[in-house]
Amino acid sequence: ALHTSFHQLIQEQSSLMEAALELEMQERSREPGQDEQHPNFSPTTLRILASMPSRTIGRSRGAIISQYYNRTARLRRRSSRPPLQQLCRTARPSLRHYDLETDPTRATLEEKRSLLVKELLSLSPGQRSHMLLTVPLSLAEKRTLRWVLSRQSQPGRAPHRTSSSPCGRSKDCIVLVSLGCGLLSLLAAAQPWHYALKQIGGRFGSSVLSYFVFLKTLLIFNIFSLLILLVFVVAPQAVYPPPSASPRPFTGLELLTGAGYFTHSLLYYGYYSNVTLNDPCASSPNGSMCPHTAPQFPYNMPLAYVFSIGVSFLLTCVLLVYSMSRSFGESYRVGSSTGDLAVKVFCAWDFKVVQRRSVKLQCENICTQLKELLAEQRSRSCSLSLCQRLGRTVVLLLAWVLSLSSVLGCVVALRYFSEHMHVQEAILLVLPLVVSLLNVLMPHLYNLLATWEKQDSPVTEVYVACWETCVGQDLYRFVVMDFIFTLLDTLFGELVWRLILEKKLKRNQKPEFDIARNVLELIYGQTLTWLGVLFAPLLPAIQTLKLVLLFYVKKTSLMQNCQSPSKPWQASRMSTFFITLLCFPSFLGAAIFLSYTILSVRPSETCGPFQGLETMYKSGKTWVQLLEKSNPNITWFAWVHQYLVENTFLLFFMSGVLLAVIYFNIQVVRGQRRIIRLLKEQIANEGEDKIFLIQKLHSVYEQRERRA
Amino acid sequence: MGNKQTIFTDEQLDAYQDCTFFTRKEILRLHGRYHEMAPNVVPMDYTKDPDVKLPMQLIINMPELKENPFKERIVESFSEDGEGSLSFNDFVDMFSVLSEMAPRELKAIYAFKIYDFNTDNFICKSDLEQTLNKLTREELTAEEITLVCEKVIEEADMDGDGKLGFADFENMISKAPDFLSTFHIRI
Repeated sequence: ALHTSFHQLIQEQSSLMEAALELEMQERSREPGQDEQHPNFSPTTLRILASMPSRTIGRSRGAIISQYYNRTARLRRRSSRPPLQQLCRTARPSLRHYDLETDPTRATLEEKRSLLVKELLSLSPGQRSHMLLTVPLSLAEKRTLRWVLSRQSQPGRAPHRTSSSPCGRSKDCIVLVSLGCGLLSLLAAAQPWHYALKQIGGRFGSSVLSYFVFLKTLLIFNIFSLLILLVFVVAPQAVYPPPSASPRPFTGLELLTGAGYFTHSLLYYGYYSNVTLNDPCASSPNGSMCPHTAPQFPYNMPLAYVFSIGVSFLLTCVLLVYSMSRSFGESYRVGSSTGDLAVKVFCAWDFKVVQRRSVKLQCENICTQLKELLAEQRSRSCSLSLCQRLGRTVVLLLAWVLSLSSVLGCVVALRYFSEHMHVQEAILLVLPLVVSLLNVLMPHLYNLLATWEKQDSPVTEVYVACWETCVGQDLYRFVVMDFIFTLLDTLFGELVWRLILEKKLKRNQKPEFDIARNVLELIYGQTLTWLGVLFAPLLPAIQTLKLVLLFYVKKTSLMQNCQSPSKPWQASRMSTFFITLLCFPSFLGAAIFLSYTILSVRPSETCGPFQGLETMYKSGKTWVQLLEKSNPNITWFAWVHQYLVENTFLLFFMSGVLLAVIYFNIQVVRGQRRIIRLLKEQIANEGEDKIFLIQKLHSVYEQRERRA
Repeated sequence: MGNKQTIFTDEQLDAYQDCTFFTRKEILRLHGRYHEMAPNVVPMDYTKDPDVKLPMQLIINMPELKENPFKERIVESFSEDGEGSLSFNDFVDMFSVLSEMAPRELKAIYAFKIYDFNTDNFICKSDLEQTLNKLTREELTAEEITLVCEKVIEEADMDGDGKLGFADFENMISKAPDFLSTFHIRI
């Protein structure tokens, strides 16, 4: 026999939930085959089953409110324990926190709402607004809650949105917030290309959309670097132009080669002066005209140059690592091994796709994937024979050998070519032409290899070394050529190919948009920009222009010529992959190259902001020494500079700390996997307990009815 | 701030901003979309919170939902009166949950509601069969459908009751990094 308190609870619960139950029972009677597992249960048992928390949660408003009341109470109580005097000694430990008088499941809707409001008021404003945003109630209910909250909290102060980010998302974000935050929010609110992205997503799905979103991200990086360089390097130099040589006449070829008229302009390193800008003392040749007074705000150009580049790189690094960690955090899950079929059924449908043809294609794709998964699971038991495995390994090795040898061949050819190059102007274009040609042809070759072997295509990157302005000019040429070749590739690869397919071969199939190749082209272009920013400070401006044009060209070509990809690309894993690829080989390589140049390479004697110095970094050192001499109070700064920045011990120490942190995280992940396994076992046990109890309950009621 | 609009009071717009993931501009745009579906029924002046509902037939003809196989279920899950008609609050709520900013837990709750065809708070075998038929436009054979349903329940059911509760569904969704990007409608 059940304990008397349970009887009372059950009766009260069932009388309270009468209305909700009627609805429940009605719906069940609509589908007679529903409860085939319990066909013989008595109505009382069914009524009890219907009011179990697992069935009512998410359905009745009261249940949601009481669930969220519990959640907020737990949030508040997390670190505090109830005082011992108030506890009933005979209560079980798990019931000690359970105050039956204020049991939320027994209250009416109004009482539940007031309980929830009381709990919400005790939270911080940030937590409160987060709770309000994430509780799954209807909007009308949320607005009522908010109104009650605002009335009961400090009257006269209107509740304002405090979102999780330090600066609000809305356009009403006040300008008092720092300039960076303001710019970010303005950019987000302006939502450039919103309709274009919606169109692309609607027709081609999330995977192709991720390419365009990546392009937009690169654009934001470039705009940030450009702004910093513009404000601190280009603008001051433009205001105080150096005494320059006679400018060469402007011919149209400059736009392509970057030489000629552009050589002695703001575009390149050579134009920038190596003195303090607004100090008339330094720029005039004879010292007698010097007024011997230091200017108001001395603007030391070499220092500004090297620091601005350093700061823009640091900012780019921070942004990259932040976006990488955010997307990585979304796509990595501890302990996730099985479950592909379930995930495919529930997560494969892309809700963004709205065009009829694309929807039909998506249905076919999902159907094919499900069939493939079923076939794979069926044949998983029978493994491949030795012969097949050997054959597959041989194919893999051959493909690797071919790829590596072609890369080496390209590198050798280019080195030979660059050493035998002549310096006439139009011929300067030949090297970038060859590089871009190789960049365009090689991926097609690798695609062929990939179809033979079923893998992604590697990237070909070529580093060519020259000196400063020459390097800047070379990189400018690379960027321009890359753009031209991307345009040509879009033209031939997509438009002409589609025409060929339609007219000559009479196939109604359009070429696919090759996401991988396009993304690698973007990364290549961005690497060039990062490599060249030290030698041509306006290169981010050119890259920005190029990206904007590329967006429209690619979008037009996509809409006219392509069809959506048939391979199931997972959009979020891809975004993580793109950003990681951007960060690791690309940004890291550029940063290492730049650090090497700044720290060890001797700058040219006759031009640029670092003339006469041993390395570019020395400008910072001389400034620190100057500072020390002029102001003996800040010797600590020089001491910091000497013992922390220059000393290698700090580097070793930081690496040691980093390794320790990585090891710690690995151990934490291992522990979490073990906990997940234990929790899964616990859930299975609880499920069995539940079934057992239901059967017992049913048998008890049956006996009762038989006796009565 | 800039232009004076007379559709909503400032208080209402603040409330919408705090309770959904939209900005003021987006809410006004949503009102425009809601209004253009039935210009004779939906008033331009919402300052008194009029009790106007649009029937399901109008909503599922929106270009964002027209080709979606789950359009009826989506609209039913957000409808307060259970018949599929949406007031403006429900309309905004629907697109707010389906927007980019909504967190994973909230999306999982509503995704569960959408896939639960018989609204018994569990995704049982019949719900799965209906989901699969809608996903593949009935291209799979009956045998394949049964196989897939069995495999899915086997993979995701943790407490052994033969159907997926919300906890099972949420656990399975957490293994899918794509869920946030696919369960998203741009408006």
